[in-house]
Amino acid sequence: MYTFPSTLKITALSLIVVGLLGIAYGFLSAPSTVAEAQAMVADAHHGESHAPAAEHASDASTHQAMGHEAGAVAHEEQAAHEADDHGEHLLHQLQNKPWAAVYVAAFFFMMLALGTLAFYAIQRAAQAGWSPVLFRVMEGITGYLLPGTLIVFVLLVLSGMHWNHLFIWMDPEVVAHDKLIQGKTGFLNVPFFLARALFYILGWNVYRYFSRKFSIAQDTANDISYHKKNFRISAGFLVFFIVTESMMSWDWIMSIDPHWFSTLFGWYVFASMFVSGITVIALITIYLKSKGYLEKVNDSHIHDLGKFMFGISIFWTYLWFSQFMLIWYSNIPEEVTYFITRIEDYNLPFFGMLVMNFIFPLLILMNSAYKRLNLFIIMAGIVILLGHYMDIYNMIMPSAVGDQWFIGIPEIGAFLFFLGLFIYIVFNELTKASLEAKGDPYMGESEHFTY
Amino acid sequence: MSNQVIHALYDDDDVLLSAVKAVVKDKHHIEEVYTPFPVHGLDKAMGLEETRISIMAFIYGCIGLSVAVLMMNFIMIQDWPQNIGGKPSFSYLENMPAFVPVMFEMTVFFAAHLMVITFYLRSRLWPFKKAENPNPLTTDDKFLMEIAVDNNESDLKALLKKTGAIDIQVIDKAH
Repeated sequence: MYTFPSTLKITALSLIVVGLLGIAYGFLSAPSTVAEAQAMVADAHHGESHAPAAEHASDASTHQAMGHEAGAVAHEEQAAHEADDHGEHLLHQLQNKPWAAVYVAAFFFMMLALGTLAFYAIQRAAQAGWSPVLFRVMEGITGYLLPGTLIVFVLLVLSGMHWNHLFIWMDPEVVAHDKLIQGKTGFLNVPFFLARALFYILGWNVYRYFSRKFSIAQDTANDISYHKKNFRISAGFLVFFIVTESMMSWDWIMSIDPHWFSTLFGWYVFASMFVSGITVIALITIYLKSKGYLEKVNDSHIHDLGKFMFGISIFWTYLWFSQFMLIWYSNIPEEVTYFITRIEDYNLPFFGMLVMNFIFPLLILMNSAYKRLNLFIIMAGIVILLGHYMDIYNMIMPSAVGDQWFIGIPEIGAFLFFLGLFIYIVFNELTKASLEAKGDPYMGESEHFTY
Repeated sequence: MSNQVIHALYDDDDVLLSAVKAVVKDKHHIEEVYTPFPVHGLDKAMGLEETRISIMAFIYGCIGLSVAVLMMNFIMIQDWPQNIGGKPSFSYLENMPAFVPVMFEMTVFFAAHLMVITFYLRSRLWPFKKAENPNPLTTDDKFLMEIAVDNNESDLKALLKKTGAIDIQVIDKAH
């Protein structure tokens, strides 16, 4: 049995406290009026440069040139109205910022558990011989699935109750003036949206509950009936998962940009969660191994996890590029705006993420021998995890806060809060059962696994 | 110094693998093992050096990538720039996403083909070469181990018999 070391517990709890302070700071410092929002942006730009102001001036002069023939009075009225609209928009963006920061981190850590669950179900359904020594680590990580999904669900309910404007299609005012969203209200309406979310969450957690139960029951069983049951429900879950995961990604991420759509978005989010989940398995395995647990895990298992990290990183890049290139090349306005905002306003996080998620793991994990060295796996793993946090950040922030993004106290606070919560729940879950799934019929094969 | 070798024939890859281990353990020199298909772990059991083909694969991939970049730059930018989909080909960097599939394919193409060619040459296989294979049965379902004999013929024969060889022959290799 594993005992939760108190130093780690204290670390996790302090991360939660520090994170909470950061989140609270984010909400308290959000502006409540248009004037405040404008003052904040003006302050922020004051020290840096005057370029935005200059741009505005040139904008205004072209406006004047264009509106030359129109009545001067009408033009001024329109300009005033535009400025007002702009201020209102800015206010919404800045009010969204702390919510979006929490949502990105909540989704990211939920995704780690969900990706691990998918990986676990694949091992079960494929009756993999190499991985049973890692089953308890995976089950520990998926222990975060229930709290993680419930937190995301609460955030979605709060959006539905108009506490924030993350999902603009939830605002009747917006929908009234938007023909494209009006056409989608059959799918994008709050009750159906929340019912779908509940359905996905219920399905994933029911599978998680039973597979964990059967896995523990198998430890003391005399035959392999629990193993067989686990095989069957895992195969069923995978079918359910790939459909619901895809729909979840449309609902929880893609609908933040209700005009934009991409047909491979579900796959793309799946690749992200899959590689992050595998990375977390590798990191926690190495951690537990270094503390003297998991004595049956050898460097061949780490090597295999490293191969998965390497391979799925490339798979993620393949999907990222497939999505990017087609939209970039066809240049259809309603699609290409998605990437234009990201390249213009999010240049560093957008391309930085590509370096972290593709080039770094590609170069560092290519060598076969490096995949057996814990140092390299940890180094690549941390970069991959941060890179996929940035990936989710790039999916959500541009539509939620526009060009007002910044990775400051609210974002780091939210990340630390959920990191602490994740560590606390996962390691607490690890203490609840033996770290060795000793009843598994493939345990012997896994123990002697060499490559 | 004799030029004699022993050819021991086996009919199972697992038996062969344990035989190789036994022969190596007894400090005999295995010249070569002929198998109809790759046997996992045979190279380690024979004590062969680790392959360096992965290093060559990386280098070949880099060559392929460079060839693709230079080729696309010449074809699409310098020699005959076209305006495709409202994206005039004036700069390589700005049109780069369109060239990525070509870059990828050329990297794989070069790495794969040059690796195969390297493997053939390293294995001393080239066109019109006469087969070195001493026994055609090894292209069907038998495994053959070739061991140098150095005044220890009877010892070796006994050892090989014990490891489960189905046929043992002493062959004069001098030509």
